[in-house]
Amino acid sequence: MTTASTPVRGPIVSRRALRWALLVVGGAVAVILPRVLYPPVALDIAAWALLAVSVDLLLGQAGLLSFGHAAFWGTAAYATGLVALDWHLPFPVAVIFGAVVAAALALPIGALAVRRTGIYFAMVTLAFAQMIYFIANEWSGLTGGENGLQDVPRTLFGVDLSDPYYFYYWMLPLAVAGLFAAWRLVNSPFGRVLNAIRENPTRARALGYPVERYKMLAFVLSAGIAGLGGGLFAMAHQFVTLDTLRWTTSGQAVILVVLGGIGTIWGGVLASGITLRLQDYLSLRHFTAPDLILGVVFIVVVLGFRRGIWGTVAGLLAGRRRPAEAAVEEVREPVPAE
Amino acid sequence: MIGLLEQTVNGLVNGGFYAMLALGLAVIFGMLGVVNFAHGACYMLGAYGVYLLDHWFQLPFWWALLLVPLALAGLGMVVERVLIARLAPLDPLYNFLLTFGITLVLQALITWRLGPSAVPYEIPSSLSGAVSVSSFVFPKYRLFVFAAAILCCAVAWWLLTRTRAGVVVRAATERPDLTAALGINTRRWITPVFGFGVGLAGLAGVLAAPMQAIHPLMGADLIIIVFAVVVIGGLGSIVGSVLTGFALGVLTSWAAAYTPAIVSQLLVFVAMAAVLLLRPAGLFGTREATV
Repeated sequence: MTTASTPVRGPIVSRRALRWALLVVGGAVAVILPRVLYPPVALDIAAWALLAVSVDLLLGQAGLLSFGHAAFWGTAAYATGLVALDWHLPFPVAVIFGAVVAAALALPIGALAVRRTGIYFAMVTLAFAQMIYFIANEWSGLTGGENGLQDVPRTLFGVDLSDPYYFYYWMLPLAVAGLFAAWRLVNSPFGRVLNAIRENPTRARALGYPVERYKMLAFVLSAGIAGLGGGLFAMAHQFVTLDTLRWTTSGQAVILVVLGGIGTIWGGVLASGITLRLQDYLSLRHFTAPDLILGVVFIVVVLGFRRGIWGTVAGLLAGRRRPAEAAVEEVREPVPAE
Repeated sequence: MIGLLEQTVNGLVNGGFYAMLALGLAVIFGMLGVVNFAHGACYMLGAYGVYLLDHWFQLPFWWALLLVPLALAGLGMVVERVLIARLAPLDPLYNFLLTFGITLVLQALITWRLGPSAVPYEIPSSLSGAVSVSSFVFPKYRLFVFAAAILCCAVAWWLLTRTRAGVVVRAATERPDLTAALGINTRRWITPVFGFGVGLAGLAGVLAAPMQAIHPLMGADLIIIVFAVVVIGGLGSIVGSVLTGFALGVLTSWAAAYTPAIVSQLLVFVAMAAVLLLRPAGLFGTREATV
């Protein structure tokens, strides 16, 4: 809505050119990542990026903060590890199986969790994830308890995948497929309905959308993408421990989303790269409190840079924000209780 | 019969911790609309506070019992003024995230300076040993904690029902819009109430120090269960959160005594699932936290 009397500076570069440039840069970075980084770190970045994107899908699009995605990431990791160990399935099949199990677990959890919104949703998902953690801990016959699953094989019809550097290129298509799926969902009519539900659930309901069912479908799809990441994580490390189910894993996913920028999808990928590289660097330097730095950065971002890395950079590139975009700021009228 | 009685008292002790933390969460939520993720970290700091006062200054338990909650309440008020108040006009999820960040920093600080493993703290000598009434034998310290938890809740009850500040806090917790509409300035109570809640969590931590392993993640492990407790009770009701805390403590303790270990671990979560299914707003709840 620009009128002649209020000139608005246009974006510095056109959206289209920017999008292509980003795609090329992103693809190039994904390809050279294990050359410039220690390959296992590159594998971790890809797996965590999927988890971050899955959490952002819910938070950014539907306004639901899941503090329990470790349940799906960890369950998929165990499922992937178990079928790889017991049935010697080729690794992509094992990983996809893990993602399907995670999505199936999201059905009952999602059905209960979507009955609450806001902070309650966060608390409920956190509690259910802790429940899954306790079950895995107790069910040591299946999960190996404190020892976890050791020596998970990664096979693909006789191809040698033992070197993490080469394995990275074999798993990259799966990771990219997961990210692409998330991007497609955001830019689909389904994504638009989620936005409508986030902004005004009452009106969305009045328009005839079954709000709970939409939220549940989003939750299940998000869990599937998180599960894809969890399965790749299990394959990357070739072992699975209870840490994959711990609440700190859910917390790290939330940190990545906020640092990257809520609702930006790619911000979570970027934040995974930066954060995991930083954590690797700090642990090599024997710095004993990497969480201290992460926590302080996180607080600063929540206090002052709520658009995250991606949102802040995108805002700068787009020049002065147009009024429509400025309206996406966080101040919202309280939604009446349902 | 004696076994059941012992389990019940045990359950009331554990439930006392749930209740004290849930009470703090409920009053803070009522006044600020914020769920304080750092509540568990405050509990953890309370336990470390009593340990450090003994370790550094050989200060006895009784002094710590007084000083640590007051110090934490002061710290909480500063944090509320400096950090949390800044995000007050925004979606409450941002303050949830902020307090999560504060939790990370506090846990990392303690782990960094004092190590990740548990530190020991002895039960004060005046409270060690056991009480026996006929065949009922019970550790003295646990009875003390039970009495202290009841006393705290009673004092909180007295403050909330018999003082002007309490009436305002209660009104603001249950009907914030109406309270404001009646011309009551609820804002001036925000900082003290936050300090009160944090101090209460610290007090729970002090009480827990001699009977539980003191380690950096002790608070996070507990707060997740307390979150389930407040989902069950509903944060809108102060009495509801306290009663739910005690009730779940007792039920968990019974389950631990008479069923396999996994049942008592999962009980709170299964109860939460049932409440979400049958009464999504919580047993005592009416108000939904809005996005």
